[in-house]
Amino acid sequence: MSQTEIETAVVLDARGLLCPMPIVKTAKAMKELEPGQVLKVTATDRGSLADIPAWAKSTGNELLEQHEEGDTFVFFLRKGEEVQ
Amino acid sequence: MLEEQHLLGAQGLSEEDVRTIVRAELDRDKANRTAAIIASKGTLDWAYVPLILGTTAAASGMDASIFFTFYGLNVIHKDFEHLLKVSPVGNPDMPMPVPMPTFVTALPGMGPLATRMMKAKFRSKHVAGIRELLESAQDLGVRLIACQMTMDVFGYGPDDFLDGVEFAGAAAFLAEARQAHVTLFV
Repeated sequence: MSQTEIETAVVLDARGLLCPMPIVKTAKAMKELEPGQVLKVTATDRGSLADIPAWAKSTGNELLEQHEEGDTFVFFLRKGEEVQ
Repeated sequence: MLEEQHLLGAQGLSEEDVRTIVRAELDRDKANRTAAIIASKGTLDWAYVPLILGTTAAASGMDASIFFTFYGLNVIHKDFEHLLKVSPVGNPDMPMPVPMPTFVTALPGMGPLATRMMKAKFRSKHVAGIRELLESAQDLGVRLIACQMTMDVFGYGPDDFLDGVEFAGAAAFLAEARQAHVTLFV
């Protein structure tokens, strides 16, 4: 699935931040979304490659896709149905 | 997949029903989403560990509490900016700009120098500061709990700590920890 096909509700720029702030800010941004809506996160923290998928799994949100654009890691996360 | 759906269907359960049942079971086990952390160290470097884990736990939907005891009380003291330092003394892993004999690290001025160096290094790497982590923790609902016994020993009162800090003893921590799959001593 390419980026253009994913309708994104909110974009979070977490570039330049290190652990744990990309996750903290992702959680905060996700709180504002309705189930089914998609959050796009951009990050430069290499740790986010493992952390964002792990966070999505443990919180019941869905990682739709991830890719790299130069030095930036891009994640698309869909808010789960039963996430508070 | 088709076969699974067929089997589930035979019991009158849809995949959605099963998901709901499983999630309800997981939700019943509060321990799956509870983290109880002890923070016992009062140096700048070790202040990061419990705060990072606590905020991340809360950001991951867990109920997180950090119990600050002994020197860990420095982290939630109103004057944490001045209290949290690093010392190169007895800290052989600490990278120094130039190799130096151990006794040099004990000379006057080396402690503040090491503290400044570490703060500068963290800033240059864009690591969040302790203040930002504390604010994030409180924002996310992490419970910050000061150990009453060590407060008494060090002569601290409730007013010495940040707003929102709770006060409790070992029994309160254990009551929390026995319901948590994640318990850490830092």
